[in-house]
Amino acid sequence: MPGVCPRMPHIGETRRMILQAISFYAFAAITIAAGVMVISARNPVHSVLFLILAFFNAAGLFVLLGAEFIAMILVIVYVGAVAVLFLFVVMMLDINFVELRQGFLQYLPIGALIGLVLLVELVFILGSWVIAADPASRIALPTPAITDTTNTHAIGQVLYTDYIYLFQVAGLVLLVAMIGAIVLTLRSREGVKRQRISTQVSRTREESIEIRDIKTGSGV
Amino acid sequence: MIEIGLSHYLTVAAILFTLGVFGIFLNRKNVIIILMSIELILLSVNINLVAFSVHLNDLVGQIFALLVLAIAAAEAAIGLAVIVVYFRNRGSIAVEDINLMKG
Repeated sequence: MPGVCPRMPHIGETRRMILQAISFYAFAAITIAAGVMVISARNPVHSVLFLILAFFNAAGLFVLLGAEFIAMILVIVYVGAVAVLFLFVVMMLDINFVELRQGFLQYLPIGALIGLVLLVELVFILGSWVIAADPASRIALPTPAITDTTNTHAIGQVLYTDYIYLFQVAGLVLLVAMIGAIVLTLRSREGVKRQRISTQVSRTREESIEIRDIKTGSGV
Repeated sequence: MIEIGLSHYLTVAAILFTLGVFGIFLNRKNVIIILMSIELILLSVNINLVAFSVHLNDLVGQIFALLVLAIAAAEAAIGLAVIVVYFRNRGSIAVEDINLMKG
């Protein structure tokens, strides 16, 4: 994004570029290093914590790109909900993780081979693609200038109008996922005393009270 | 090198994607790490979407990124619920033992 940065007009062009480059390389390096640690850490709890680090630095990359809303949502949704869910499951399940790591080295060569092939393919794609001629005419929804509105404002104005159906469907998917997770994990354990209001309410006098004639002085 | 452009972000996303795929192969036995690798892959997709959105000055990419985020959250919740139920029934989450449906 050339030109004077609208948010930091007092900083010169060269200095801004250097600052941007330093932040980008720091965020990118930590993201990738954390990604490596996620898949290679010995303890799954450490894996989850490195995943959180990766998400935080990816959020930093998004802020650098100018997409603050996505960055904040990434922190809230991923770090606040998904990563905590992972942490909860890892800590709740009593698993012998050493046993699960057996065969780690066995799969290393084939995994490295496939990863290498994939990376080479991606590099080829990166080196050869071109943006179609006149991309400005194909823009579905031009981003308003940062001096006019903020990123969050711009997304809100579009998300609740043009993309309201997609937004609703996303909410529906989340609802179904929530119900599915509850239905899957809910269980009624035997031997646990629990209040059942429906049975309490549906009790009748006939089935709960029995009247017997007792002779005086003989006891029950 | 100093001027950060689209290709820098695409490179980061490509490396993260490869790491995710690599992680699935590396941790064939541990479903939880496999789910985390899938999250890494989705994160790299999001980086791609937002980078193109900013580069092309098109806001729709960021909306797609939001939707991908929602689906990823739903997927993680369902996946972890399945893992909890499986662990409750079998006492292990080793992927190689999951062949009950095999004829």
